[in-house]
Amino acid sequence: MEAIISLLVGVLTSCGVYLLLRAQTFSVVLGLTLLSYAVNLFLFASGRLVVGRPPVIGLGPSGYADPLPQALVLTAIVIGFAMTAFVILLALKTRAELGTDQVDGEAGHE
Amino acid sequence: MSDLAIAPVLVPLLAGVLLLLLRKGTLRWRRGLGLLSVVVQVLLALALLDATLDGAILIHALGNWPAPFGIILVADRLAAWMLLITALLALFALWHACQGLDVQGRHFHVLFQLQLFGLNGAFLTGDLFNLFVFFEVLLLASYGLVLHGGGPARTLAGLHYVVINLAGSALFLIAAGLFYGLFGTLNLAHLALLMAQTPEANLGPARTAVLLLFGVFALKAALLPLHLWLPATYGRASAPVAALFAIMTKVGAYAILRVATLMLGDAAPGFAGLYQDWLLPLALATLVAGMVGALGARRLTDQAAYLVIASVGTLLIAFGLGGRDAIAAGLYYLPHSTFAAAALFLLSDRIAQGRGALGDRFEPAPDIPAAPLVGALFFLCAVLLAGLPPLSGFIGKFLLLRAALAHPAWPWVLGIVLTSGLLGILALARSGSLLFFRAAAVPGVAAVGAGPVTLGPAIGLLMLALLLTFGAGTWLEVTTAIADQLLEPGLYIQAVLGEG
Repeated sequence: MEAIISLLVGVLTSCGVYLLLRAQTFSVVLGLTLLSYAVNLFLFASGRLVVGRPPVIGLGPSGYADPLPQALVLTAIVIGFAMTAFVILLALKTRAELGTDQVDGEAGHE
Repeated sequence: MSDLAIAPVLVPLLAGVLLLLLRKGTLRWRRGLGLLSVVVQVLLALALLDATLDGAILIHALGNWPAPFGIILVADRLAAWMLLITALLALFALWHACQGLDVQGRHFHVLFQLQLFGLNGAFLTGDLFNLFVFFEVLLLASYGLVLHGGGPARTLAGLHYVVINLAGSALFLIAAGLFYGLFGTLNLAHLALLMAQTPEANLGPARTAVLLLFGVFALKAALLPLHLWLPATYGRASAPVAALFAIMTKVGAYAILRVATLMLGDAAPGFAGLYQDWLLPLALATLVAGMVGALGARRLTDQAAYLVIASVGTLLIAFGLGGRDAIAAGLYYLPHSTFAAAALFLLSDRIAQGRGALGDRFEPAPDIPAAPLVGALFFLCAVLLAGLPPLSGFIGKFLLLRAALAHPAWPWVLGIVLTSGLLGILALARSGSLLFFRAAAVPGVAAVGAGPVTLGPAIGLLMLALLLTFGAGTWLEVTTAIADQLLEPGLYIQAVLGEG
C-alpha cells in the first residue's frame, strides 16, 4: 500500500507541477487542484498507513489510526476548496477583462 | 494562561464580523469601527510589549488544552514587537483609505480587519499548522485587497499573486506533513525539543522539511529567486493596501527568524546553521536586485515596490548574520523600513493624483499642488529609504554593518550594503528630480488638490520613523532584549511546555 500511495502522490505532484507551468489559466487551475490532492494524500500518509483500525482511541488491543492527520487533511481540504473556487472566479474575471486566458494577459501565442 | 495573548487575534476578527453585519450601515460607522479596532490593537500591542519586556512569556492555551496537545498562542518580546509595528502601520494605512479609497470596492473594511486577524495570528501562534492556517487567512484577505478598486492590470497581478501563493501553501503543507510524520508533533516548542534528538536515520527527511519550510518563508518574504511576484502585485495594488502589505514580507522574515532561532539553534547540531548558509548570500543578492530594480523602475509605485525588496534583503542579511547584535540591528531596521516604504506608497498615491492622467510615471508633468510640502516629505522618505544620515535608515545600517564585522564574510556584506546604498540614492534622486524639478506644461493634464489633511497618514508614518531616530537608544535596548530572548530558545520551550 505504501508503494501505491507514494506513486500516487508522485504522479499527482508531477502532473500538478506540469499543468501549473502551462500558459493558460484553466491548466493552471487544474494543476493547483491536482497539487492540492497530492498534498492531501501526503498529509494523510504522515500519520502512517494502517488498515482496519478505529479512527479514534479504541479499547481493543489493536491500537488506533492517528486522528490528527485526518483533522489536518480536513482543514487543508476546506482551505483548498475555497482557494480553488476563488482562483476559478479570478481566472474568469481575467478572461472577461483581458479577453484572453493566457496567464501573462497577452493573446496570440501558445 | 493569559487573555492578553489572544486579544490581538480576537479584536480584528470580531470587528471584521461586525463590519460584515454593518454592510448596509452608513460609511461613517464602518470607518469608525475599523479605526476603533485598529486603535484598540495599538493599545493591546503596547500592553503586550510592556508585559513581555521584563522577560515574561505569555501563553494562552485554546480550550485550556495543555501544550503540546492543544493549540497555543505565545506572546514573547518578538511577537509583541511585531504586533506593535503591524498595528501602527495599519492605523495610518486605514486612515489613508478612509479619505475615499475605501468606497472603490465592496468589503474593504472587512478584508482589512481579516488581514490584521491573519497577521496578528501568524505572529502569536506557537503551532506550525496554525501558522499555515493564519498564513492562509492573511493571504485570502490580501487576495481581496489586491483586487480592491478593480481594473485589468490589477486583476492580472492578482492572478499571479494568488497562483504563486497557492503553490507556496502546497509546499508548506508538505513540510508540515513531513514534520508530523517524523516527530509526531506540530507544536513549535515541542518540535524544537524533539529535533535536538533526531535519530541519524531521520536526519535527511527532517532537513528536507526544514528547507521546504525555508522555501515557503522565502517566498512570503520575497527572497531573491522568489521575489518576482512582488513588484507587480505591490505596484498595482491601491496605495493603502500596498502600504499595509509592507508588513507582509516581514511576516516571512519573522517566520525565518523564529524557526532559525527556536528550532535550528546550537541545541540541534544536525540542523545548526541550515538556514544561515543560504540566507546570507541570497539576502545580499536580494538587496542588489531590489536596488537595481528601483533604479530601472518607470513608475514611482514600482520603485517603492523594488525598495521593499531591497529592505527585505537588508533585513535578512541581519538575520542571516545571526548573533545578538545583528538580530537586534535587524529588528531595529524592520519597523523603520516598514514605515518608510509605506509612507512612500501613500505619498506616491498623492503625487499620482496631483499629476492627473500621467499618474506616477516618470515623465515631466506640470507642478503638482502643494509641491513644496509633498517634495519635502518625499525627500524625507528618500533619505530614510536610502539610509542616509542622520535618520533611522542610517542608524539601522550602521548597527548592521558594525555587527557584520564579527562575521567571516564581512567584506562582502560591507561592500554590497554600501554599494546598494549608493544605487538607492541614485534611484531616488532621479525620481525626485524628475517628479519635482522638471515641471513642464502638458496639455490636458489637470492637477488635483492635495492639502495637509490628505497628507496626514504619510506625515504620521514619517513621524514614527523620526521617533525611531530620536529614541534610537531606547529602541535599540528593546530590540537587544528581544534578540537576547530569541537566542535563549530554552526559555520559550519551558514557557510553552511547562516545567516538566
